[in-house]
Amino acid sequence: MQPINHVAGRAYPFGRKNVDTDVIIPAHWLKTVTREGLGRGAFEAVRKEPDNVFDDPEYAGAPIVIAGDNFGCGSSREHAAWALLDMGVTCVIAPSFSDIFSGNAFKNGILTVALPQLAIDRLMEVARTDPIEIDLETQTVTTQFQDRWSFEIDPFRKHCLLNGLDEVGMTMAQGDAIGAYESKARDALPFLAKTLATVG
Amino acid sequence: MTNGPRTLYQKIWDAHVVDTRDDGTSLIYIDRHLVHEVTSPQAFEGLRMAGRSVRRPDLTLAVPDHNLPTTPRKDAAGNPIPIADLESANQLATLRRNAPQFGIRYIDATDREQGIVHVVGPEQGFSLPGATIVCGDSHTASHGGLGALAFGIGTSEVEHVLATQTLLLKQSKTMEVRVEGQLGPGVTPKDVVLHIIGVTGMGGGTGHVIEYRGNVFEEMSIEGRLTVCNMAIEGGARSGLIAPDEKTFAYLKGRPYAPTGEDWDKAVAWWKSLATDPGATFDKTVVIRAEDIQPTVTWGTSPEDTSAIGGTVPAPEDFADASKRDAVKVSLDYMGLTPGTKLTDVEVQNVFIGSCTNSRIEDIRAAAAVLKGRKKADHVKWAIVVPGSGLVKEQAEAEGLDKIIVEAGLEWREPGCSACLAMNPDKVPAGERCASTSNRNFTGRQGPGSRTHLMSPAMAAAAAVTGRLTDVRELVG
Repeated sequence: MQPINHVAGRAYPFGRKNVDTDVIIPAHWLKTVTREGLGRGAFEAVRKEPDNVFDDPEYAGAPIVIAGDNFGCGSSREHAAWALLDMGVTCVIAPSFSDIFSGNAFKNGILTVALPQLAIDRLMEVARTDPIEIDLETQTVTTQFQDRWSFEIDPFRKHCLLNGLDEVGMTMAQGDAIGAYESKARDALPFLAKTLATVG
Repeated sequence: MTNGPRTLYQKIWDAHVVDTRDDGTSLIYIDRHLVHEVTSPQAFEGLRMAGRSVRRPDLTLAVPDHNLPTTPRKDAAGNPIPIADLESANQLATLRRNAPQFGIRYIDATDREQGIVHVVGPEQGFSLPGATIVCGDSHTASHGGLGALAFGIGTSEVEHVLATQTLLLKQSKTMEVRVEGQLGPGVTPKDVVLHIIGVTGMGGGTGHVIEYRGNVFEEMSIEGRLTVCNMAIEGGARSGLIAPDEKTFAYLKGRPYAPTGEDWDKAVAWWKSLATDPGATFDKTVVIRAEDIQPTVTWGTSPEDTSAIGGTVPAPEDFADASKRDAVKVSLDYMGLTPGTKLTDVEVQNVFIGSCTNSRIEDIRAAAAVLKGRKKADHVKWAIVVPGSGLVKEQAEAEGLDKIIVEAGLEWREPGCSACLAMNPDKVPAGERCASTSNRNFTGRQGPGSRTHLMSPAMAAAAAVTGRLTDVRELVG
């Protein structure tokens, strides 16, 4: 995972509410066995609409997406995060995110910033003409017009994002604690601690 | 550890904490991990690149479902028929290769136990009450119908669970959805859950785990409970669960992976202790009267766009929220619907009965009961019934349900995810409508340009017969 601290640049003023992961990346793109190349399928149906922001040269290569409530709802496909990364997006700003998507985004070094709808409305306006800056260290979103909003982020997630930490490796370092839980569970919940291998 | 009276969710959570950090994040032990072909290749690749192994292959079960065509899998000589789509074939072959390499049990496409991962787990007794169950699929919430804490995860989390058998999680808020009263005739578990999502909205459960409570769920079959919990995610909740009871125990006893002997007795004793304590509180409560629930269909492109079948297509102006008005405008345009149209006047060209929401034996029985002695309408071009597993298929055939279905002019298929999502050959053509028992009516979900109306198996069967959205109570009194 790439460390992330500062994201600055133009933003796609997308603004839509309840953007599901089928919209971010449709199912027929999920047949891949790698993480790369999904940017070509990102927002495929939206891109068929005339004047969509993703094909507007004004925003080409923008690292930020601004969206409405409940971004990333629906399917758990991490391909949605991979597709965003592959199209160069490293930050999404919205009033709220689905739980699964925000986890997937975090694990791929994409910053999800939740701001109130009023801030989103203002950012949608700024994004049409000017860049936006997000600073993870100070937890702020700013524009060159003196707009400034603070955002909340889980301290652990912040630490991992700033340092590009591999969560699997970190948890494996706790192997002893996991082993201790397993021996305890073998006695207390034996029916969960094993399965009968009768199939397959 | 929660102090004082605890909810079902909190009890399961407390029993699985390996470690808690100062910031409240906990390392949670995972009891059961289901794996399918779509969300696992990159996870196995990640393990391979880091030289890591699977910590508990014995708690992991792999089965292909999303990519498989639902046409016959073996030729006359009993040999597997190759899959035409090369990308699908490659993804399926990747799972078939990865599972033995990492020592994971694997059910193959041609095995009689194969099926949709969320049908297979409960059916095999692999999914158990009180267990933490994950799968790289958001409909993992289904297993909550047994009283498990089950939720969908992304591929990085799949890799994390394979390597460590744990996940780093923050405790969710709790939400109670209580449905009490008497359901009317023709009102099924699918109608109940569609109605709930219509009330709570698709973001209403975000950050929460839902516990479904009240006499309606107590009286519901296990299949019905799996249907309700399956769609918890459509209301934004990562998990939905229902307290295990005698019905749950009777359903699980004797299933291949279920505990036996002394372990079974211990298990039942513990499962009985899991029900939410009197006096435990929820962060949010929604109460619904069973009598208010009608046979329900969706008209838009969000699962919250529900209406009783007797209703009409709404107008954008009917909604107070400005962004919802815009969304409704876009979705009615996509769906090709005019406000004010009676839902029962909407014609369908396709019918899909199946998916992890509604492909269990009771669902097939409910569809067959409507189809018996009837024929599908001529203008319904494509109507398929797809059992959730090979065992459901065998059971349905033993009951003669396949014959009723075929005689009514519908196709009887091999198990898989099928037309729920456009990943295999079963797709709805652009601009055409489908009466579907699946879980998502998103734009393009059943194929680019497809128009989905979600409903119960009985309602979908009724739509096949009349060729339009139909109140099943008019066919079956």
